[in-house]
Amino acid sequence: MSFGAENVTVAGRLDDVSLTCRRGMVTAICGPNGAGKSTLLAVIAGLIKPDAGRAVMGGRSLGAVSLAQRAQWLGYLPQTPEVAWDVSVEVLISLGRLPWRGAPAAETQAAIEDAIAAMDLQDLRHRPVSTLSGGERARALMARVLATQPGWILADEPFASLDLSHGAALMQRFRQQARAGKGVVLVLHDLATAMNHADQVLVLAKGRVEAEGPPEMALSRDVIGRVWNCPAHWLGEPGERALSIGAPAPLAVDLRQQF
Amino acid sequence: MNLRFVLLLVLALAAAVPLSLLAGRVWINPLAAETQSASVILLQLRLPRAVLALVLGAGLGAAGAAMQGYLRNPLADPGLFGIAPGAALGAVLSFWTGYASAPWMLPLFALIGAGGAMTLLALIAGRGGGVALFTLAGLMVSSLAGALMSLAISLTPSPFAMSEIVTWMMGSLADRSWREVWIATPLTLTGLGVLLYAGRDLDAMTLGEMAARTLGVEPLRLQALIILGVGLVVGAGVAVAGIIGFVGLMVPHLVRPLTDRKPSSLIVPSALAGALLLLFADCLCRILPLSGGELRLGIALSLLGAPFFLRLLLKMRRGMVA
Repeated sequence: MSFGAENVTVAGRLDDVSLTCRRGMVTAICGPNGAGKSTLLAVIAGLIKPDAGRAVMGGRSLGAVSLAQRAQWLGYLPQTPEVAWDVSVEVLISLGRLPWRGAPAAETQAAIEDAIAAMDLQDLRHRPVSTLSGGERARALMARVLATQPGWILADEPFASLDLSHGAALMQRFRQQARAGKGVVLVLHDLATAMNHADQVLVLAKGRVEAEGPPEMALSRDVIGRVWNCPAHWLGEPGERALSIGAPAPLAVDLRQQF
Repeated sequence: MNLRFVLLLVLALAAAVPLSLLAGRVWINPLAAETQSASVILLQLRLPRAVLALVLGAGLGAAGAAMQGYLRNPLADPGLFGIAPGAALGAVLSFWTGYASAPWMLPLFALIGAGGAMTLLALIAGRGGGVALFTLAGLMVSSLAGALMSLAISLTPSPFAMSEIVTWMMGSLADRSWREVWIATPLTLTGLGVLLYAGRDLDAMTLGEMAARTLGVEPLRLQALIILGVGLVVGAGVAVAGIIGFVGLMVPHLVRPLTDRKPSSLIVPSALAGALLLLFADCLCRILPLSGGELRLGIALSLLGAPFFLRLLLKMRRGMVA
């Protein structure tokens, strides 16, 4: 079942972008600041209506899928999640079950427990969210998405405030979900994470697709040099790559020509 | 925890209602032999008044909880959307035109005013369903209704009508009869039902508008439910009792720490606590000796509410509210 965007244009932010994500794969969307990564994720989550093109789910236009159905299929973690009330971690996670109105209580509880365990929140489950650190909060919010048990997980910078071990555990969880036949789409800032853990990478710059394909290809040094304006090369073996970055190239405009 | 809290509130209400019936300018001794006048006071004066306090208090408490949940703001109040000023404008017009003296006309005018404000609100807020625009639309409706009300008051044909309007606007349950109960109760109960139905969507709003949409909330539908639920409750309240502020602001606050803080968990306890608060405040109005009549309920609640509001603001300044 395919999922993604077909020739999507959002004025000023995306220009004719197509993306096909597949179940069983981790898809990473990378690009410099302001490239349109979050906008693209919001489009395929059905939150932004594109000016042209369409978001697709299972061959159908996303607009034709009811909100209730989408809510069960898609779990979306926004870049800057908010929690309006000082609920406990467990109550926060239980909000992820809202799309499953009328599900048996046992099933609901099992999904919540599973999400708590996956994000290592057993000790924090009764804590009010206001008392959590940034990373703990991020884990609780991710657990909320996992509790929905969606077919597709869309997460905007899910590792941004996680420490090393929790970040690694979450990545493992994403891989596990993909192996179980679910689709995972991540907006990633860190190219090494995308290189080592994604199955396919889409590189955006200024709202356009610059490269697409398996990570070794889409994140080649040529692409990184061109898109991020940075001489860089990969160290290590596939799966354990690290990025070595040189000094950024001088600005494309040669100042001497202006005088 | 929630269930126990609700039971406790129900018990408190069960104790408070009979006590409130005994209190007033004339205290009634339940142990004394029944007299004609005591039973008239109880059944025709105090019982409808107590029922009205319960109904309006419950409606305002629940509407406050729903509004705070919808706007994700602990300072939101059912008065914010301009529905109360709309209803008040309708009532003022009934005084102005002289129809208020005919039975049913004042509440009818007020309900038409509330309905007008709700329609205007829905039209201005448009089809986007965004909360910020909606709040601004509410402020606009509110100030428009307020201005028209002032205009109507300033153009009142007789000083008698003017004094009637001003007294009425202060909000009171004095001299209300079963007729008012029959007007307010079905509307309020319908409104309460709508707000309870919106509870799940309000829970999703905890995570923000975007995340709520991905959890299956249709913003327009939720907005319509809120306008309808709050409108019915507030419109019914203003139609029979004038403007009663602060219940919707105070009650959810007092109740929230005793629940799991999810908006849906707050609606029923807020309704019960609102009923209790209004019953208490109304008793206070009856008991307090005041030359030239009794203390107005709206004034009593504002007097209680202002220090409460200040405390809340000070707490927020220290960053402790959520």
